[in-house]
Amino acid sequence: MVTGLINANPVVYERKERHLRSSPVVIDEYAVEPIDQLEIFEHVRDIKDPEHPYSLEELKVVTEDSIELDDQQSYVRVTFTPTVEHCSMATVIGLCLRVKLMRSLPSRYKVDIRVAPGTHATEAAVNKQLNDKERVAAALENPRLLEMVDECLAATYI
Amino acid sequence: MDGKLELRETQKLEGHSDRVWSLAWNPVTGTGGVPAMLASCSGDKTVRIWQQGSSKSFDCTAVLEETHTRTVRSCAWSPSGKLLATASFDATTGIWQQIGSDFECVATLEGHENEVKSVAWNASGSLIATCGRDKSVWIWEMQSGNEFECISVLQGHAQDVKMVQWHPFADVLVSVSYDNSIKVWVEDGDDDWHCAQSLGESGSGHTSTVWALSFSECGNRMVTCSKEYDCSDDLTLKIWDTSGNPSQTSGDGYAPWQHICTLSGCHDRTIFSVSWSSEGVIASGAGDDALRLFVENKDNVVDGPSYSMLLKKDKAHAMDVNSVQWNPKDPQVLASASDDGSVKIWELVGVSQ
Repeated sequence: MVTGLINANPVVYERKERHLRSSPVVIDEYAVEPIDQLEIFEHVRDIKDPEHPYSLEELKVVTEDSIELDDQQSYVRVTFTPTVEHCSMATVIGLCLRVKLMRSLPSRYKVDIRVAPGTHATEAAVNKQLNDKERVAAALENPRLLEMVDECLAATYI
Repeated sequence: MDGKLELRETQKLEGHSDRVWSLAWNPVTGTGGVPAMLASCSGDKTVRIWQQGSSKSFDCTAVLEETHTRTVRSCAWSPSGKLLATASFDATTGIWQQIGSDFECVATLEGHENEVKSVAWNASGSLIATCGRDKSVWIWEMQSGNEFECISVLQGHAQDVKMVQWHPFADVLVSVSYDNSIKVWVEDGDDDWHCAQSLGESGSGHTSTVWALSFSECGNRMVTCSKEYDCSDDLTLKIWDTSGNPSQTSGDGYAPWQHICTLSGCHDRTIFSVSWSSEGVIASGAGDDALRLFVENKDNVVDGPSYSMLLKKDKAHAMDVNSVQWNPKDPQVLASASDDGSVKIWELVGVSQ
């Protein structure tokens, strides 16, 4: 078994400049504001990579464009790119994405998580696991795994 | 059937504090003056018992708690209605008996290495089957005094086993799995259980995790459900039949299953549960929050049996539907369980135009 980090030298990218959203002129105070791609990205950009002190955005594991959504249909799909092809942390990253969105989005939302096609050696297996609700539920009942996920998500709540 | 049919919500049962995974009607209730009784199990680690009162509405009459230490994933009543088996992610299966107005855990079946996902009783109530993430299927035999002995551990699935169901009258067990296959297990005599058939290796099998199965009342057909990925044709419900090839029976009267129909293009999300009513209506519950009913097409039988959708109930729940079960004593009544934490009771009614 390989000890040590899967990817000791990840490429670190600059974070995209954050623009403060200007408050819209309120026309109808009862109107539900539609959720958009940027909002979803803001929920996940600061998730910390499980192995390195960098965010998923800094490692380009997720980008704004990797998020597809249809607010009308209450559907979102996040495609993430692990830093290396044999990344065994891929399922943990996927789980972090899922948990963060589950905690942040309205319960009507259906979320699909997948690895970017061609970026992981066992892509189909990882995708299958990440999208199996029962497997995810059981995994989150594992205290050590939940702790790992919460650690990765800690920076996103600030 | 004249006129339009509608699935009318008659009650919403709330009480669980987490998603409801599964439910089961007590098979001896709802008839002969005995009020209908239903068990539901949840991520909140409890099982709730609901009983239909004189006003026809269901009340929660018991909460089975402080026993399972993790999600209770599945529950099943014995055919006598006297015992309730509960399968949990805590790797155990509890056996409960009603004592007065309360339920007591009278036995605990241990052995699975991790999450138990399904539990089922055979037709005579002498055997229980369980399955789980450890890829195995266990068969337990009931001894005197509510004791259970494991008589077989069946290996064969390559992955997580999602559900087990016994044939309505023969001692034939079917399991469905994350490995995309359906396996049929029979006994060779003297507790020697083996896999008699594996459905899924050839072209007509599912191409993704098979979540559930349900037998037709007479046991000559079964329906299985899945969610197919990366297909332009979303093939998600399959019907299998065993009334053909009577010459291929062996010893126990086992007849092989054949795929006869695939229902495609009906679902966008995973179908988690299916239930076949005594009147031949197949209900499905899916990840798109909807309930769907299917029936066999009796006319226009061109290339063999075919099934089509009778009706769809959009937004049946606010979240995924995890389980659907027809009331065995009243084939117009359906119960559903959801991630939204509720159980709903429905009635299939004709609507006058």
